Amino acid sequence: MKKVFALGLAAAMAVSMTACGGSSSEETTAAAGAGDTEAAADAGEAAGDAEGGEAADGAAFKIGAMGPSTGSAAVYGIAVQNGAQIAIDEINAAGGINGYQIEYQFQDDENDSEKALNAYNALKDWGMQILVGTTTSTPCIEIAGQTSADGIFQITPSGSAVECTAQPNVFRVCFSDPAQGAASAQYIGEHGLASKVAVIYDSSSVYSSGIYEQFAAEAANQGIEIVAAEAFTADSATDFNTQLQKAKDNGAELVFLPIYYTEASLILSQADAMGFAPQFFGCDGMDGILQVENFDTSLAEGLMLLTPFAADATDDMTVNFVTQYQDKFGETPIQFAADAYDAVYAVKAAAEAGNVTPDMATEDICNALVEAMPTISIDALTSIVGEQMTWTAEGEPNKAPKAVMIQDGAYTAMD
Amino acid sequence: MKGKKLLNKTWKENAVTYGIVIIAYIIIQIMVQTGNISSLMKGLLVPVCVYVIMAVSLNLVVGISGELSLGHAGFMCAGAFSGALFTKCMADTIGNPVVCFAIAVVVGAATAAVFGILIGVPVLRLQGDYLAIVTLAFGEIIKNIVNALFIGRDENGLHFSLKSAMDLNLADGGEVLIKGPQGITGNPRVASFTIGVILILITLFIVQNVINSRTGRAVMAIRDNRIAAQSVGLSVTKYKLMAFTISAALAGVGGVLYAHNLTTLTALPKNFGYNQSIMILVFVVLGGIGNIRGSVIAAAILTVLPELLRGMNDYRMLIYAIVLIVIMIFNSAPAIIGYRERFMERFKNKSKTKEAL
Repeated sequence: MKKVFALGLAAAMAVSMTACGGSSSEETTAAAGAGDTEAAADAGEAAGDAEGGEAADGAAFKIGAMGPSTGSAAVYGIAVQNGAQIAIDEINAAGGINGYQIEYQFQDDENDSEKALNAYNALKDWGMQILVGTTTSTPCIEIAGQTSADGIFQITPSGSAVECTAQPNVFRVCFSDPAQGAASAQYIGEHGLASKVAVIYDSSSVYSSGIYEQFAAEAANQGIEIVAAEAFTADSATDFNTQLQKAKDNGAELVFLPIYYTEASLILSQADAMGFAPQFFGCDGMDGILQVENFDTSLAEGLMLLTPFAADATDDMTVNFVTQYQDKFGETPIQFAADAYDAVYAVKAAAEAGNVTPDMATEDICNALVEAMPTISIDALTSIVGEQMTWTAEGEPNKAPKAVMIQDGAYTAMD
Repeated sequence: MKGKKLLNKTWKENAVTYGIVIIAYIIIQIMVQTGNISSLMKGLLVPVCVYVIMAVSLNLVVGISGELSLGHAGFMCAGAFSGALFTKCMADTIGNPVVCFAIAVVVGAATAAVFGILIGVPVLRLQGDYLAIVTLAFGEIIKNIVNALFIGRDENGLHFSLKSAMDLNLADGGEVLIKGPQGITGNPRVASFTIGVILILITLFIVQNVINSRTGRAVMAIRDNRIAAQSVGLSVTKYKLMAFTISAALAGVGGVLYAHNLTTLTALPKNFGYNQSIMILVFVVLGGIGNIRGSVIAAAILTVLPELLRGMNDYRMLIYAIVLIVIMIFNSAPAIIGYRERFMERFKNKSKTKEAL
């Protein structure tokens, strides 16, 4: 019995130290106070027949965001939190949406459906009117059902699973998984990159297996033969020698990696160690590979990936965003941050098109935004430079995935 | 005469536990009806029920049978997936969601019980730390099997695969029911607080009656002195297996409730991994090993606490951890127990002297 107790004690310690090392943070960007009057006057004009001039009464849009800020997917949640923060600070400094300031709060969902519901309910108690979230797919599907029932407008920066936008009130900024899988297969097929392809994917991730399934379906149409389809799971994401050996033995000319960059960097090093040098091809999750610590970036030379955002692009918008992000948070933004930034601006554009004001009922805001979304077009970080981003009524963004190749340690656009 | 008194005492003790649950239910229902409850708390009601069931059922193994099981989340996982699969297949056929849920609970409990027997037979030959490690491994195995499982259905019937959804070879119009690591999506959310409380009461009824039955006394006798129990002719394996299986079945019930509170059910390390098993063990240990009422209260408080601390921002989990340590020390450090006893005695003496005056 004593042993049981001792073990129990140890277990409790272990749990409190590791298992639930969660946290949440709350950032409220309050209305700026002075200087609002001018903005409010503008709003009166912009809002047209809406109750113009009454904006200075302190009403503000309440935008909530959520994502994992703890645990293994914390990188993505924090990127979304910070990306949205930058957009909201910019908008508030420029006079807000329709003259109204934005209040912002971020809640940790720990990348878990159950915890996501708690985070969502916490945001609802706070009075959230618009949800920018969730960051990851599984909680997103769960929360989409909730926002649909509650009549809250939702735009997910990075929930890429098909089911995420099944509800009419949910839009997304990133590509859907099938879109990426099919686009990758088409790109490989049309450019004649390879006829024998091996795929290494993460079967425990909705993102990765979603892309793989569509890739496999489209590959058949493109005359690409999949010689090896090897899966790994989050539990076994350190040693890829078996998968690589199989790809090598089956004579793969190209290895398709629809996975995140952390595992991809390991695969590249391990392939190099065993003298296997096919063409590697990734999706948007590969973005960030050049920033991996202790990773020899020369191994990534020649790597091709489809990505909507490159932190070292030279257009003004990206440069401005990356500089601000680095100043504020001390790191280079990844694609998720850019998605969140675009999501906030999409909300702004839709709110302006739909003459939305914060004193409207949440459901009316939702309906107005849903109606306005297909009509707007915005300059976005994650669309091709010079092209604007638009949405379909089904919630999907219209933007083409862009292929880049890593040359001399930097992204080079391909056609 | 003495026996009757004892029976009366246990009956009273049990009634207090039921009373606490029912009173809590009534108070919360009144708060819900009058709108005095935040959405966060409302959303937490069903999870609290789930963890109370889990803690009470684990207490049967840890407290009454005296074996340390670290695979409880595995049984929860088995129950959750079988229950959710049943609902997904049969919801349209049965129609009434409550009836469907009731059958799903039975299915989930039965599946978890089967796993309990399968695991119990080899495992219960071990004792102490060894048993803890093996149950831990089995819990992970259940989770990993579910993660590798693909089940689909079309007009030809059910299709199984351990590789990928495409290997199911579904005919046109077929539907993937369990999509491997992506689990089951699109289930109706039928779980409610009322259903949860009813399940808690059933769990309490089963566990408390098992403890006070001939079986329960046999299990406790084996716990206290295995050799003595064997020498009076008790079958150690039979009784241990019984307690273990009942506990697994009840964990399955908790799993079914968990599954029906979400529209997407996935077996992640977070919700069905060993961290979850240890979390449930923490509820049991903090509530008092062998103390059923303690498990109920500890599970409820410790499920709600981290969510109430959301206002503390980044310090939320730190404070939660400190609270856990403080409770643990308060409950079990010898010096503090001594201090508590002295304090209580002084209090008693005072009231006695007052009476004398």
